[in-house]
Amino acid sequence: MIAQEPFRDPRLLDALFAAIRSEAALLGRRSSFMEVCGTHTHAIAEAGLRRRLAPQVRLISGPGCPVCVTPVEYLDRAIALGRLPGVRLATFGDLFRVPSSRGSLETAAAEGLRVEVVYSPRDALALASAHPEERVVFLAVGFETTAPAIAATLAEADRLGMRNFYVLSGHKVVPPPLRLLASDPGLALDGLLLPGHVSVLTGWGIFEFLATEFGLPSAVVGFTPADILLGVLELVRQRRKGEARVTNLYGRAVRREENAEARRLMGRYFTPVDSEWRGMGVIPESGLALRPEWAERDAGLWPVTVPEPMEPAGCRCGEVLKGAISPPECPLFAAACDPDSPVGACMVSSEGTCAAWYRHERYRGEAAP
Amino acid sequence: MTLPDRILLAHGAGGRKTRELIEELLLPSLSNEFLATLSDAAVMPPLPEGRPALTTDGFVVDPPLFPGGDLGYLSVCGTVNDLSVAGAEPLWLTWSLILEEGLETSLLRTCLEGAVRAAREAGVRIVAGDTKVVPKGKGDRLFITTAGLGVVPPGRDLGDHRVLPGDVILATGPLGDHGATIMASRHGMSGAALRSDCAPLNGLIAALLASGAEVHSLHDPTRGGALVTCHEVSARTGLRMVLEETHLPVRAEVAALCQLLGLAPVAMPCEGRALIWLKESDAPLAIEALQSHPLGRGACAIGRAEAPRKDRSPVAMRTPTGEERPLDLRAGADLPRIC
Repeated sequence: MIAQEPFRDPRLLDALFAAIRSEAALLGRRSSFMEVCGTHTHAIAEAGLRRRLAPQVRLISGPGCPVCVTPVEYLDRAIALGRLPGVRLATFGDLFRVPSSRGSLETAAAEGLRVEVVYSPRDALALASAHPEERVVFLAVGFETTAPAIAATLAEADRLGMRNFYVLSGHKVVPPPLRLLASDPGLALDGLLLPGHVSVLTGWGIFEFLATEFGLPSAVVGFTPADILLGVLELVRQRRKGEARVTNLYGRAVRREENAEARRLMGRYFTPVDSEWRGMGVIPESGLALRPEWAERDAGLWPVTVPEPMEPAGCRCGEVLKGAISPPECPLFAAACDPDSPVGACMVSSEGTCAAWYRHERYRGEAAP
Repeated sequence: MTLPDRILLAHGAGGRKTRELIEELLLPSLSNEFLATLSDAAVMPPLPEGRPALTTDGFVVDPPLFPGGDLGYLSVCGTVNDLSVAGAEPLWLTWSLILEEGLETSLLRTCLEGAVRAAREAGVRIVAGDTKVVPKGKGDRLFITTAGLGVVPPGRDLGDHRVLPGDVILATGPLGDHGATIMASRHGMSGAALRSDCAPLNGLIAALLASGAEVHSLHDPTRGGALVTCHEVSARTGLRMVLEETHLPVRAEVAALCQLLGLAPVAMPCEGRALIWLKESDAPLAIEALQSHPLGRGACAIGRAEAPRKDRSPVAMRTPTGEERPLDLRAGADLPRIC
């Protein structure tokens, strides 16, 4: 009756820590591994894994939070669209409080902007159905995990013949930025913990370039403390043996092959485009835009005046997202910037690196490992 | 039965329709000698010896019907529990309705039956009431307001002023069942596995206090769950509250739903659980007493009160790795997340 997940059993975790320590001792060098999924970032901080792994293993958070990597310009455009007459915005909650160049969706809502927080794009479709006189724009931000759901919702809108449902696509895909990070000499990564949820959709085969082109060990892992530690152990072991491959440690959910149905839906509605990532600049073919044949659904094509984008002053989200600094190295962290009054996106979303550190690792009383 | 399928504005106007509503629906269910007089105030017999305890609460849950309860049942349980955790033995309640024009009479009937059932289970009586009807769009179907009167017996003194460093914190059962059930109902995800914990706690608390365990303070972790309760106790006592993640009783279904929606089980409301601060050495005695009551089968220790530390959060969770993480009091509700 009571949930006591075996994957959180302290004895199992202690055994995994011990195995990692002995492998790392055999390796004889420190390892830097990056996780590139916001849910991993959150899980690592929540379970307090970082400090127990230091100093032999350093865990760095990558650009794994879709809201965080979304450039300010996207939100500026969303707010401008929301100010058009007869327009209602629908958004996932993560985006609601993210600062734009001027205010957030939350503050704009207080000034009269019509915006609703939804849990699913289907809820946005229901809004469009309930308000046939309005144009409902869904703010579609996310990775491979959300894109198929948006595509399925667009298919549903078409099936129902609903003409007042639109999408502003800020979607991104994970592999292209990994290519950049893998070759970043400043980061000097020794391996990657690959995103479990994304891999369910893409299959793990898509990440083989990390081994073949960059010689980097990697492992697809789940989200419990034991899953993550097992991934770390695998990466240290590959390094110690001088190997580099993708190991799938999340076999209960992930296969080598992609989810064909999700891929078919995504391909029907979206096409890859060059896309800007906060802190990383424009990355080729890293975004998903609506295909031209769905232009009548694309709110991104509407003519609106968008202000010159302004990143919040002093915010170092960009460097945090690349793994160049850890959150406490930003002077705003836990001073001017906290989850109740976030300066940057990384402090807003529960997937954000700054939010994860703030919520779970703030009282450790020592410098970042 | 002449009541229509839906409540009309006239049912709140004080005339014949109001009388029909009261006499055909409310009185037969709530029937007792104090209410039956329909006088302006219920005049009660003298209170038993002790200190009177008075509470009031409003109930606006959406949806009004949920697995494991309804707004009426909840309203009586909530009021009884507020009195019980203050150490009072609950006696009498008032029950006031604000109905929205067009409300299904059957929904009102269900909530009324729920309130009657809860009152019977708790051994309390609803002795006064009121009914108002507001125009359609000015309310959300059904709002209930209650007041509750009870008595703290002589010699009993419970409260945060008695909490000491080293006190163990017990939960009387799994946390977050009610909150998870409501969230799931709202999102059309309710299944047989999720059920509100809503229940009157006065019997369970009486069993606990009768065990002789040195209980210091009791709380019902309703809005904001155990998290908010621990912060409140911490603020009032100046002590730290440290919870043990591996001990936290959370049902697998509740944990899964929380994971799905990005919520923390420890912040999910309960409506039939109590948190108990008590002397460490009496914890086994208290747990045994709780577990022998049907509502306390899942009772267990979840943490302890500790001396304050400047470099640590006032409320914290010890993780399975032995590390400690702060449990913040969030200013707003958690925002649903993307993935």
